[in-house]
Amino acid sequence: MKALMLGVWAILALPSFLLLLYLLNVDLAYLFFLFKNISPYFWSALGISLCVGLSIVGAAWGIFITGSSLVGAAIREPRITSKNLISIIFCEAVAIYGVIVAIILQTKVEAVKPNADGSYGLAAANAGYAILGAGSVTGWANLACGLSVGIVGSSAALSDAANSTLFVKILVVEIFASALGLFGVIIGIIMAGNANFTAQG
Amino acid sequence: MCLFNVKDGFLEAVVRGYKLGLLTTSDYNNLCQCETLEDIKLYLTGTDYGPFLANEASPMHTTTLVDCCTRKLVADWRYLRENAGEPMGRFLDYCTYGHMIDNVVLIVTGTLHERDVQELLEKCNPLGMFDAIASLAVAQNMRDLYRLVLVDTPLAPYFSDNLTHEDLDEMNIEVMRNTLYKAYLDDFASFVHRIGGTTGEVMGEMLSFEADRRALNITLNSIGTELTRDDRRKLYANFGLLYPHGQAELAVAEDFDQIRSAMEKCPPYQAIFSRLGLGETQMLDKILYEEEVRQLMNTYEQQFHYGVFYAYMRLREQEVRNIMWIAECVAQDQKNRVQDGIVFTY
Repeated sequence: MKALMLGVWAILALPSFLLLLYLLNVDLAYLFFLFKNISPYFWSALGISLCVGLSIVGAAWGIFITGSSLVGAAIREPRITSKNLISIIFCEAVAIYGVIVAIILQTKVEAVKPNADGSYGLAAANAGYAILGAGSVTGWANLACGLSVGIVGSSAALSDAANSTLFVKILVVEIFASALGLFGVIIGIIMAGNANFTAQG
Repeated sequence: MCLFNVKDGFLEAVVRGYKLGLLTTSDYNNLCQCETLEDIKLYLTGTDYGPFLANEASPMHTTTLVDCCTRKLVADWRYLRENAGEPMGRFLDYCTYGHMIDNVVLIVTGTLHERDVQELLEKCNPLGMFDAIASLAVAQNMRDLYRLVLVDTPLAPYFSDNLTHEDLDEMNIEVMRNTLYKAYLDDFASFVHRIGGTTGEVMGEMLSFEADRRALNITLNSIGTELTRDDRRKLYANFGLLYPHGQAELAVAEDFDQIRSAMEKCPPYQAIFSRLGLGETQMLDKILYEEEVRQLMNTYEQQFHYGVFYAYMRLREQEVRNIMWIAECVAQDQKNRVQDGIVFTY
């Protein structure tokens, strides 16, 4: 019910916002000019920060969810600690993906002179948007992945404490969950692959 | 769900560890084979009860056995309560208010029958103790009871004005107990629905079963007494599967068959009553306990909610009841009846 209301609100929001702008006689052409002239270095910095930041939020979230359950369950069954560290390692890997992609992205950023009217050339603008996109994709995918691995890891720890044959089966679920982060990394690298600030044309 | 583990993840895992130590069917079968109380004590020393039973001197009595087992529940609960954040701390307190009501009624009834206060205090449920509980013995009527002692306890909001004008006699004490319990259940239900989420759903189901069960027991116990239909209706909680139409039918029921037909209009209870057979009332308690245990074990199927704590308390209490039944059967040499009274958890 709440999701339905949220969806309806989201669909109605953008047209009503544009209608508001039209009714207020806002110059949309000027707004677009302003948007076009935002520096691509802003977009690329934003992309890189989203990449690292969201990946780390995802990894941290997953680790605390799994870790608190693991520590509590280990009071009764200390044998579960060594195997269940795998869940923590999967979460940590998510943060590492974010750092790797961020390093790849930041090597692409090079200084380019703007044109006389302050706008940037086509290659620089495209590269800025590409790095924004790549960073966002990786960041959001890793956030979801870290959270998912964390919740499954918590359940894995608790069910391992109850019945030690369950751990391997639940590990398969976790492996599928951690694949989500890899998807984000792959798409991010593909998107940023063509980004080149100093290309001609 | 995603942020539950920030405050409560550790304790949820701890309570699941406690639950793993509950006695299984094979444990109960072994206990039923025991010949003396010493054998029972020896067997239980190998379970989670070990540290609490180890230093008891023989000869054993059933009461010492039950006391030691209850002490384990109290120790576990104290650990959970002391490490709990909010709102889990409030939730854990709510779980114990039912015992507080039982303790208050126990002391007041005992004082009415001129028993010694210390003796009564020893019989009280340790989970429901509060300071100044001993001064309950001083109260002569309900207004004193409220004004002197209960106004400082968490039970204060459950006393309404029409309750405090009564004198303390047998009938009114039972009515007082059930009125307090009704107010407590309503309060608990609104609290868990305010918490919402999985806790609201899981606890909502269990509390509605509890409300319906109490409605059934009140009806059964008040057939043939001078409790009027309106008074009876006032003792039923304001939620549950039987609210409001089933309760209207229960209020006018005068014998067991009418009660049974009122309850069977509700599909879950029809399944319970179909196991009862015609005209039987003795097995009803056991069947209700079994249904309760089934629901309590189901709470462990979901993670990230508070229902597991309530369920652990109830399951331990059921286990202590089972141990008491086995111990009594063994002590009184009635081992052929021992399987009648055990409600298996696993």
